[in-house]
Amino acid sequence: MSERFDAIVVGAGPAGIAAALTMARSGLNVLVIERGEFPGAKNVFGGVVYRHHFEELIPEWWTKAPLERPIVEQNYWLLDGDGAVKIGHRSRRYLDGKPNNFTAMRAKFDRWFAQQAEEAGALIICETTVTELLKEGDRVVGVRTDRDEGDVYAQAVIIAEGVNSVLSQQVGARPELQPGEVSLVVKQTLALPEEKIEDRFGLEKDEGATIEILGAPSQGMVGLGFVYTNKDTLSLGLGIMVDDLAATGARPYELLEAMKQHPALRKLLQGAEVKEYAAHLIPEGGLRSMPKLAGPGWMICGDAAGMVNAVHREGTNLAVTSGKLAGEAVVAMARSGDLSPAGFEAYAQAVRASFIHRDLAKYQRLPAFLHDHKDLLMGRMPQTLNECLYEWFNVDGRPKAEHQRQIVQNIKAMAGGTWGLLRLANRGWRAINE
Amino acid sequence: MSTSVEDLLFTIRYRCDTESHLAIRDQAACRECAKPCLTFCPAEVYAFRDGEMHVAYENCVECGTCRIGCTRRNIEWRYPRGGYGVAYKIG
Repeated sequence: MSERFDAIVVGAGPAGIAAALTMARSGLNVLVIERGEFPGAKNVFGGVVYRHHFEELIPEWWTKAPLERPIVEQNYWLLDGDGAVKIGHRSRRYLDGKPNNFTAMRAKFDRWFAQQAEEAGALIICETTVTELLKEGDRVVGVRTDRDEGDVYAQAVIIAEGVNSVLSQQVGARPELQPGEVSLVVKQTLALPEEKIEDRFGLEKDEGATIEILGAPSQGMVGLGFVYTNKDTLSLGLGIMVDDLAATGARPYELLEAMKQHPALRKLLQGAEVKEYAAHLIPEGGLRSMPKLAGPGWMICGDAAGMVNAVHREGTNLAVTSGKLAGEAVVAMARSGDLSPAGFEAYAQAVRASFIHRDLAKYQRLPAFLHDHKDLLMGRMPQTLNECLYEWFNVDGRPKAEHQRQIVQNIKAMAGGTWGLLRLANRGWRAINE
Repeated sequence: MSTSVEDLLFTIRYRCDTESHLAIRDQAACRECAKPCLTFCPAEVYAFRDGEMHVAYENCVECGTCRIGCTRRNIEWRYPRGGYGVAYKIG
């Protein structure tokens, strides 16, 4: 298939498809190459998609896409060995007019999204792995695939192959990722009848809930667990930084099994059978481990570019936006006929001007903060908060002043005294503010 | 009730290739290594027996943890051939 296209997109995930859709709609000749059996076959996420950024591509998309439940309730749980401090918000406002976000399943969702690009005129070829980039001088001019006579050429190659981006290393956009820059998520999709989900989570038929879990399940490592409600399944998962997994020798699927036994979770999950197990990496390095985004003939989007906002569990948002921006840059070049490096660099500039860069810049110190204070943030902090709430609610004949003194003492002890607490608050504040 | 990793892997659909997409570059390096791959791999792909690292590539879910986490960068990691490997029904 030694052919020529206006653009080649490597990977039919949200980033690649957003790019392909944008370009195909403008009449460009677009080829998407996907290594899976179908778009989505290799893809995993926790499970929440947000309405807003997809809407920029497909108006009213949520009325047509395969989705699970619109979310009305979002929670953070801080666990110690036995207890749980629960903070959350529930409101039907999230559904007003247009729902804000939904649970979804990638094998279905990505397939649907890819169909939209196909209908717009993009050619999607599955079961084809891109093995290397083809170059003329320092310019990328196409890709080599594992098909017979599998070289394909294009004016632009968009690299959207996901977190294991071997191609971005081939263009020298980044060094190999380090174990401290990625987390491994293990996930189980658990089957549970709709009524049970609604009863256990306090939901109506058209409502969903999410729980993010910090503390005991990660056993002192930097990590986060989650439970999301789908229609008749639950998505249960736990992500842990790979450097911590390597250092402790913990087995990820055993940590997840142990999490299922926590008293706060056990009854929610009881009787739910594992329908599918999955594992995937998340790029957690943020802005500071982002690669160079563009060069002559190439651009990098989505997870391949490390575009994940871990604080707000946003990844597909950033992916579709980056794909759209890359697509627009190619369209602009096709219209002007100017294929000089500046046209590719325009994509990197567009990313810098977008919420992607602004949000990741805001949190750029967070990965280091979590790493440096993991004993405290993953262990002593959730423990102490559980102890403090226990002091607050426990009635045992001691005067309230005594209970409250104990609470203050616990908090100070957690952070190493008053000065330690102030230092921590200061570093914490700076970690989440540019 | 805990689910074993074998049971978990049994829930995943694979289209298995006849050749491995993973290879150990140097067995001697594995012998001297702390071998974190034996525990962090979510699909129990790696087993060390009789001084040799064995690679059950058929189990691989292509997450890339070993690619990045191998202390000695001793794993030759490629994507499986197009169409082969893990094929999630849910993801």
